[in-house]
Amino acid sequence: MKRILIALTLITAVFASATCTRRGGNCADPGGTIKIGVYGDLTGQTSSFGQSTKNGSQMAADEINASGGINGRQVQLIHEDDQGEPGKAATVVTKLINQDQVRALIGEVASSNSLAAAPHAQEGKVPMISPSSTNPKVTQVGDYIFRVCFIDPFQGEVMAKFAANSLKAKKAAILFDSNSDYSKGLVQFFKAAFTKLGGEIVTEKAYAQRDRDFTGQLTAIRDLKPDVIYVPGYYQEVGVIAKQTKQLGITAPLLGGDGWDSPQLWDLGGDSLNGSFISNHYSVDDPKPEIQDFVRRFKAKYNGTAPDALAALGYDAMMVLADAIKRANGTECAALRNAIATTKDYKGITGIISLNEERNAVKSAVVLELKNKQFVYKETIAP
Amino acid sequence: MDTFVQQLINGLNIGAIYALIALGYTMVYGILRLINFAHGDIYMVGAFAGYFIALKLGLGPSWGGLLFVLIGSMVVAAIFGMVIERFAYRPVRKYARMTTLITAIGVSLLLENLFVALFGGQGRGFPQLINDTTFPLFGNAAISKSQILIFAVSIALMVILQWIIFKTKVGTAMRAVSFNLNSAKLMGINTDAIIMFTFALGSALAAAGGVLTAQYSPTIDPLMGITTGLKAFVAAVLGGIGNIPGAVLGGLLIGVAETMVVGYGSNIGIQSTYRDAVAFAILILVLLIRPSGILGTTVQEKV
Amino acid sequence: MISFVKRFLIALIIIAVLYALNLAMSKEGLFGFGVPLYQVDLWKMAGINIILAVSLNLINGFTGQFSIGHIGFMAVGAYSSTFMTVYYTQGLEQWLAGILGASVAAAIVFALVIIIGALAAAVAGLIVGIPTLRLRGDYLAIATLGFAEIIRIVITNMNKIGGATGFRGCVDPITNITCSDPSLGRLTIPAYTNFFWIGFLAVITIVVIYNIVNSDMGRALISIREDELAAQAMGVNTTRYKVTSFVISSAFAGVAGALYGHWRLPHPNDFTFVRSFEIIIMIVLGGMGSITGAVLGALVITFVPEVLRMLPGGVYNYRLVIYALLLIIIMITRPQGILGNYEIASWLKRARKRPEGGGAIGGSTGAPIAEQSDSTKKSEKELENR
Repeated sequence: MKRILIALTLITAVFASATCTRRGGNCADPGGTIKIGVYGDLTGQTSSFGQSTKNGSQMAADEINASGGINGRQVQLIHEDDQGEPGKAATVVTKLINQDQVRALIGEVASSNSLAAAPHAQEGKVPMISPSSTNPKVTQVGDYIFRVCFIDPFQGEVMAKFAANSLKAKKAAILFDSNSDYSKGLVQFFKAAFTKLGGEIVTEKAYAQRDRDFTGQLTAIRDLKPDVIYVPGYYQEVGVIAKQTKQLGITAPLLGGDGWDSPQLWDLGGDSLNGSFISNHYSVDDPKPEIQDFVRRFKAKYNGTAPDALAALGYDAMMVLADAIKRANGTECAALRNAIATTKDYKGITGIISLNEERNAVKSAVVLELKNKQFVYKETIAP
Repeated sequence: MDTFVQQLINGLNIGAIYALIALGYTMVYGILRLINFAHGDIYMVGAFAGYFIALKLGLGPSWGGLLFVLIGSMVVAAIFGMVIERFAYRPVRKYARMTTLITAIGVSLLLENLFVALFGGQGRGFPQLINDTTFPLFGNAAISKSQILIFAVSIALMVILQWIIFKTKVGTAMRAVSFNLNSAKLMGINTDAIIMFTFALGSALAAAGGVLTAQYSPTIDPLMGITTGLKAFVAAVLGGIGNIPGAVLGGLLIGVAETMVVGYGSNIGIQSTYRDAVAFAILILVLLIRPSGILGTTVQEKV
Repeated sequence: MISFVKRFLIALIIIAVLYALNLAMSKEGLFGFGVPLYQVDLWKMAGINIILAVSLNLINGFTGQFSIGHIGFMAVGAYSSTFMTVYYTQGLEQWLAGILGASVAAAIVFALVIIIGALAAAVAGLIVGIPTLRLRGDYLAIATLGFAEIIRIVITNMNKIGGATGFRGCVDPITNITCSDPSLGRLTIPAYTNFFWIGFLAVITIVVIYNIVNSDMGRALISIREDELAAQAMGVNTTRYKVTSFVISSAFAGVAGALYGHWRLPHPNDFTFVRSFEIIIMIVLGGMGSITGAVLGALVITFVPEVLRMLPGGVYNYRLVIYALLLIIIMITRPQGILGNYEIASWLKRARKRPEGGGAIGGSTGAPIAEQSDSTKKSEKELENR
């Protein structure tokens, strides 16, 4: 035992006193294979998000490499797991930047994690494209942070418009996740838009991530008889919320955002999700040929799994990045940053992507209805 | 009024689950003076065992299937409890408190990380073994089948436990061991076997709690035992650790208190996200006024 | 006089070494060379863990009071100090910068907020300590755990310090989101913490705790650990000593928190009871009642999970399982921890005694804590007594 302990201590010491490295500007393009870091939640609570992003971005990279790479250079994706925790997201991004020397980053899905990691990307001058963090604060971190999705003010407004105009709702209750920037942001924007349209917010109740019992909040909501209940959370909790809503005999439809989009949602909520509506980035059912072609290619690559919005956004993020590297003719940090910033009318799977001065994509959103384990396309709402 | 009754039902419901888990904490503490921090994870193991049994057999909603899954998961968890006792706790039983506590934390980390490595950290939907329907009581108040199930099964299990402890030979031995381990040994009781049995019993109850929760809120994940386990432990201390009716009382009390905070807290300026603080606030108050818990007996210190 | 000069020289050497290390760990590097930045992060974490472990050891190891709420005081330190930085010290720093230059001003302000963090944590320690330290054994452990969780939940619900989504900078009191108006406070918490600060304060912690343990107070604390009733009978004011050591220990946790808060942006999830367990694991693993052990334990617990990250593909997923297994095996085979209550300082003294005959490092500290009863034996006795 003592020997094991000594050995362990020795290994630790060797690891700790590892060779010094030369410091220098790592802004210059080192040439050769282009390394890109993709980080996300691969094993944690929202691992469906991370896996989808990983699959989508990997498929894009494989397609790029198969067609001869970017200006003849191959792309290598390095995937890292942050277990869905903000602190770990910061650590893995530091590792990707300093250890693996990646030239650009793709990630994260959850806004809280992107916000924790973004300052490190900004500091290291490594452009970071978030495929699907919708909270406005993410790109405000600095001029190296971009996204290829719409932002929450728009998403909240879409749902408020849909509730007030299409569902004719007058009273809305809100049940939100107090641990997530995403959820808190959506609440704020939904509230503003809904009251502007003449609606009334009857109550706001909070829950914490990993909660498994929502009956206390839902009973209080039931008493106020709202027409709709806005639940802008992540699918993990939403599934349970939907079930307990039905258990308490509440019939008001639940409304949500893109955080619901995961095939796992159906395992958790089942039939009790029927009749709910969400806002999302794209719909698998969209008949456009380029989308159907993408869905077919994705299914062929990943054993018939249909690409959810996060997979499509992961694909788009990688493609936008590749397009920028091509235009910048390399990965020198400032040139690459400028190339991404000037992305205009890029035809992505999730719509036409143009980045504005705030480095956000301006795109339309779709409203989907949840019906018998399917997200059924309902309507498109333009910005 | 109907809302209050509804909140009471909601509270008693989670309270019953806390109580089932708290029983395991209290029994083990009563015998070994060990805070078994891995007990919350046994609750998780039970839920996972139930999940795989139901999935492998392709069970749909049926009372027989539910009973089978319940008993199956209790057996699996009991085996886990015994293995843990034999290989992790027995070797450190004679060491200082801190050492045994760290071992318990180690076991807890082991179970959590093992299950994350094997099954991933994401939640899984637990197959529904009953057709959950809601029965209206009066006004708005209603009770669902899964809630009735939780009450019925947990009461039944507690009655069985009481019977085992007070009416059977092994129960008498358990009481003897918890009274004084060494004297019990001198009386010819196989204390190692009794301790193992206690772990099995406590683990089985936690597993039942796991399967029942999964019928009510159908998500299970490898880290589900952390918060629930901690609250159940608080419940055990609250009722008087080592005291079986105390554990039940503590569990119900905490369940009701936190539901009431969620339901009515906003009227007096307490947000619903304070729910987890309630259990600890009550705990500290009780500890300061009555350090041995509500039903616990004060042990006179030897000089 | 000689001992004073010696002490001064040692302090000077330590500062010089830390300064060189700090350069090697900075972005620019020492003569253009430096430690890889990923490992710099680990070393910083190790330093903070050393402060936490050594200070908790005063309570758990030397006084024998079982606290599992240490992380709560770290949280208080982290949040109170960053709160000051964000909302109140900006003007002071600008004013000082005009007189002394930006870097000196930042250092002064940082020292100030560290002290504020330590004081806030000490006050929290006093509030928690006075009622709970009457409790014995496991009940004390549970009460401290409860307090730490309450502290975390309260922080989670305070919008002014970021609430459940973590504190990054000033929060607008009306909209409850990050403010866009810089006059309300700093938009992001400045990253004051560098390796020098961490190393320097870790050394201070070790020196202070070492001196306490080897003073009259330390002997009183150890007497409480060995037998509280006997100590009381001998006229030791046990409550006062217990509360004092608890407050000192909390203050250092607050220092660790202030360092952490100005390095990583503080988030309530960083302060869960699981982290409290981690600190206890450090001191038990290193050897209870040994400062050297606490330092070693902190290093092992910081680096081993990262070393295990280097495992090849298939095994990589099981790295944390291996970590947990190692922990259990060590507890079973070496319950007194790696070092037991062995101190490097006493070893040094003994080594020097032979050739020179006297003259301890740093002058006139008391006898090393060599005579300690084996905690294993004590527990057996406990079990028999029941």
